[in-house]
Amino acid sequence: MLFLAALVSVFTTAGIVYILVKESVLFFRHVPVWSFLTDTQWTPLFDDAHFGIMVLLSGTLTSSMVALSIAIPLGTVIAIYLSEFAPYRLREFAKPLLELLGGVPTIVYGYFALLFVTPLLQRLYPGLPGFNLLAAGLVMGVMIIPYVASISEDAMRAVPMSLREGSYAMGATRMQTALRVVFPGAFSGVAAAYILGISRAVGETMIVAVAAGMQPNLTFNPLEPAATITTYIVQVALGDVPHGSIAYQTIFAAGLTLMLLTLVFNVAGHVLRKRFRETY
Amino acid sequence: MVNDLPATQLAAKAEVSALSFYYGDFQALKHISMPVHERKVTALIGPSGCGKSTFLRCFNRMHDLYPGNRYDGRIVLQPDNTDLLSRDVDPIEVRMRIGMVFQKPNPFPKSIFENVAYGLRVRGEGSRRALEEKVEQALEDAALLDEVKDRLHQPAYNLSGGQQQRLCIARALATDPELLLFDEPTSALDPIATAAIEELIHDLKERVTILIVTHNMQQAARVSDFTAYMYLGELIEFGVTDELFIKPQMKQTEDYITGRFG
Repeated sequence: MLFLAALVSVFTTAGIVYILVKESVLFFRHVPVWSFLTDTQWTPLFDDAHFGIMVLLSGTLTSSMVALSIAIPLGTVIAIYLSEFAPYRLREFAKPLLELLGGVPTIVYGYFALLFVTPLLQRLYPGLPGFNLLAAGLVMGVMIIPYVASISEDAMRAVPMSLREGSYAMGATRMQTALRVVFPGAFSGVAAAYILGISRAVGETMIVAVAAGMQPNLTFNPLEPAATITTYIVQVALGDVPHGSIAYQTIFAAGLTLMLLTLVFNVAGHVLRKRFRETY
Repeated sequence: MVNDLPATQLAAKAEVSALSFYYGDFQALKHISMPVHERKVTALIGPSGCGKSTFLRCFNRMHDLYPGNRYDGRIVLQPDNTDLLSRDVDPIEVRMRIGMVFQKPNPFPKSIFENVAYGLRVRGEGSRRALEEKVEQALEDAALLDEVKDRLHQPAYNLSGGQQQRLCIARALATDPELLLFDEPTSALDPIATAAIEELIHDLKERVTILIVTHNMQQAARVSDFTAYMYLGELIEFGVTDELFIKPQMKQTEDYITGRFG
């Protein structure tokens, strides 16, 4: 029974990969891989169709960068505070609350970005379009904070007390102990948290779909609207593009790109973990 | 009281008076008074749970790290008459003067060099030259330099258990502590590594006062000048090691060291 249950998940994964690759192969019969990677336009539905994945990739990377520049520093600081400074009661109260934040549906975050954050940013920067990567990225960053903070905190709590005692016994302060002994000691776990954050950012769909405008745009400027790989897939999958057409197959090629991207990050995370793993 | 060690030759590095210690409501140490003699090795022995580690950890205020602990009494450190347990004394100041080596080697997840340099860096030493000099000296004093001098920048976790423990001793020595606390430093080590540490302790007492907790009576007999026998949080007997082991004054001490109990 257990074996069967395990097989189901393996088959599901294998099935997904199979479909992605099969449909992508059909797509790449019509569109050379080279032009897929280098074309600077993404217009699969036009008569003059262009399939430059860079356009979507730029949107994905820009919104992810904005999100991570919020989530990684804040998540790390929160983790260090909760693990090393917060009194026991505060920690027991704050940790579940933080994890609850991770359970808010992303569509809620999406409308929060569109209807609250964007108008706020427009006051600071009047030229900002109603759909933009900045607001989407910022809110996405807030959404990812709990993941980064919670996993980093677990990793830091797992650092044995004997290391902290060793540091205090040398006359170190709390801050010195946290930054020079506990954080480096937990680095493999913290790196895993960062990688998870990156994967979440790259794969996030709803927030960018709602707040960033779904408009293919080759840009690294967060102040512009743009589509990401995920929002493009949603757009086409929900639209009335006929099955089997090239336009339909683009979503599989885009999906494959996304999967390879997250695979690269996960492998990088694995290597980092191995490299920095400490045995106590 | 002692023939070969006239009292006039002995200077107390620290004087413990009426020390009691509480974990919450539980009284772990009961009214302990004894001296710690300068540049001598004092061993604390007794069965598990007798409070010897608790006693040791009072000296560098380790108990301050956990809530609900309370000290009563005084530990006065010479030459400046500082009461280590006083509320007005910052525990960090205390730990700057008193080094500690733990039961299990606990090197930091850093290189060998950075482990030894840790205390100096914490004290704000930034000069590369001074750090290198002091690290080398400390490793030499801990009898580890020859084994590691070609790999100072490799992770400390690559060392064997005995080497790690000597690294921890080097780390403590690098900041020139006045008093060095050892909490069963060889309980996780094999006999050869243990012998190396014991020899080291013997050499170190030339320059630093040592207080060592051990559950191994032979070890106490081998390395220490003075021995305190503790039982259930009380100090039963304190004296010159040779005398305490040959003709203990108290029946309880005798029962323990002859193995009838414990």
